[in-house]
Amino acid sequence: MTSGKAGQGPVTAPDHASTGATMPGAERAMFGAAGAFLLTAGLRSGSPFQKLLIGGLGAGLTALAVRGRSPLATALKIQQDGDGHVLVSEAVTIGKSADGLYAVWRKLENLPSLMKHLERVEVLDERRSRWTVKAPAGYSGGEVSWEAELTADEPGRRIAWQSLPGAQVENSGEVLFRAAPGDRGTEVAVHLNYRPLGGSVGAVVARIAGQEPSQQLRDDLMRFKREQELGYHPTTEGQSSGRASRGGKA
Amino acid sequence: MNAIIWQGTNHVGVETVPDPTLLLPTDAIVRVTSTAICGSDLHLLDGFIPSMEKGDILGHEFMGEVVEVGADVKRVRVGERVIMPFNLACGVCDPCRRGLFSACDNSNPNHRMAEALYGATSASGLFGYSHLFGGYAGGQAQFVRVPFADVSCFAIESDLRDDSVLFLTDIFPTGFQAAENCGIVPGRDVVAVFGAGPVGQFALRSAQMLGAAEVIVVDRVTERLRLAEAAGARTINYEQTDVLVALREATGGRGPDHVIDAVGLEAHGHGPGALLDTAEQKLRLSFDRITALRWAILSCAKGGTVSMPGVYGGLVDKLPLGAAFSKGLTLKMGQTHTHRYVRPLLERIQQGEIDPSFVITHRAPLSQGPELYKTFRDKHDGCIKVVLDPWT
Ligand SMILES: [Zn+2]
Ligand SMILES: [Zn+2]
Repeated sequence: MTSGKAGQGPVTAPDHASTGATMPGAERAMFGAAGAFLLTAGLRSGSPFQKLLIGGLGAGLTALAVRGRSPLATALKIQQDGDGHVLVSEAVTIGKSADGLYAVWRKLENLPSLMKHLERVEVLDERRSRWTVKAPAGYSGGEVSWEAELTADEPGRRIAWQSLPGAQVENSGEVLFRAAPGDRGTEVAVHLNYRPLGGSVGAVVARIAGQEPSQQLRDDLMRFKREQELGYHPTTEGQSSGRASRGGKA
Repeated sequence: MNAIIWQGTNHVGVETVPDPTLLLPTDAIVRVTSTAICGSDLHLLDGFIPSMEKGDILGHEFMGEVVEVGADVKRVRVGERVIMPFNLACGVCDPCRRGLFSACDNSNPNHRMAEALYGATSASGLFGYSHLFGGYAGGQAQFVRVPFADVSCFAIESDLRDDSVLFLTDIFPTGFQAAENCGIVPGRDVVAVFGAGPVGQFALRSAQMLGAAEVIVVDRVTERLRLAEAAGARTINYEQTDVLVALREATGGRGPDHVIDAVGLEAHGHGPGALLDTAEQKLRLSFDRITALRWAILSCAKGGTVSMPGVYGGLVDKLPLGAAFSKGLTLKMGQTHTHRYVRPLLERIQQGEIDPSFVITHRAPLSQGPELYKTFRDKHDGCIKVVLDPWT
């Protein structure tokens, strides 16, 4: 464990406790091949659900092969603390100043455009806000929402929040902004901590269905980076291909 | 427009597809005047690079004339004659600012797929090279959409023929970077090049330009070895002689000071390692056959460099790491930072140091592309490099 940077205290990485044994080479290669196949099949599929399910499963298997962990261990490896909270962490380096990036995050109502799983955030007053997310597949009601309050607000350095008592999804989180070494801009680190709907079974199902929060968080941070560095998202949507000429999607 | 389309494993065909349009204000549309088939297209043809979709437009070596630019394009003008590096770079992220264009953080919209497959952060987007690398439509077509136009397009003076500048998009910089990565000491170092395909040919000539005392080229195809000899290289046909013994013999027992593996994941070759590689690849247990890399490590002199421009896919095993360790080798690898080399290599062409068109053996209309994919793959008819004209 390294010591903290720029007086931010120790770098806190979640524990990577694992219960599984390492897979032998052949098994690993099999998972890799099956994973690549499913990943491709899933992404080719026309149905969004199949795309998620098959593609997610493929990505999962591939990741298993790459990590060389047994499936059971990986399923259990969803990082949880003693109280059944899921911990998710991710970080990205963005070629912009910490003050500017902090200012974007601090406008909490902007967050849904940064984090795709967020439907909306309504600011209630200086410290309190109301957060709404799309409910995970299989959860009735369509939406889940809760109230949260800011527990820390250090301009250019850190924003932290915590759900208020009675929240359907008990959660807390923080965003840290640190100057990157050299002229590389700012390291943005996000730590989330929540009690999953449906307990750890829900967390496992969500992961297999491709809604794994750590992956989602990584995608969100990459999207944020591209918005900040480029001002747009590179895309191939709508480009010419041999599919369009057959009446399929381009 | 007409374009070469990936229709499934081992099937490519020419189809009529919609003309490309600007999708972002930073795009340009280029009318393609020349386009080539690259050795790495063959990895797409036979399905060893996953995530191709039926209907994808192939091709990443092409050039042409700008016919349309988006509202935010500042540097590139309609009517300009341009070449485009095969890899896409945003020009503003940290890797791009450091000149590591093929490691661009932002140009691959499908970074998630590549990360899932390789278990590591992804490389840049590529033209016409599967959805792992962004799923961008390629340039074996009459028109192509060019993203990041201001970074992608390099203007070319009109008195240079297409044939002389086309390969600045990929194989010339790729061969050059491979030689540069060796850190050749001029007049002293001996360089061996495994694979005398197009990239190997440029690696050989680049090593000479950088002052190699001698270059030795290893392959099994006569025409390729002849072309290497024409440039002044010594050659070894590995099907007729034990390549490791021959290399020791040719270098007073030291081995070549640096070895360039211009073969990559589909090496032929023999021995138990090669047999196992082939079996695993057939069963899709492994994407890579690494005989060339194995020989490169085993033959390289103490303290030397093994430079790897050849493409590798996923996981590799039976790598003689012990030999690399005990000899203190440096391994250098990766996709070419093409953008970096376009101007300096263009200058060498203008000064007459090299005319890259020497590598072309086949020229045909785009409509004959599918046949020529097979001719190139099977190395029939002395085929080393194919250039296609989309408008004849
Ligand atoms: Zn290429
Ligand atoms: Zn970039």
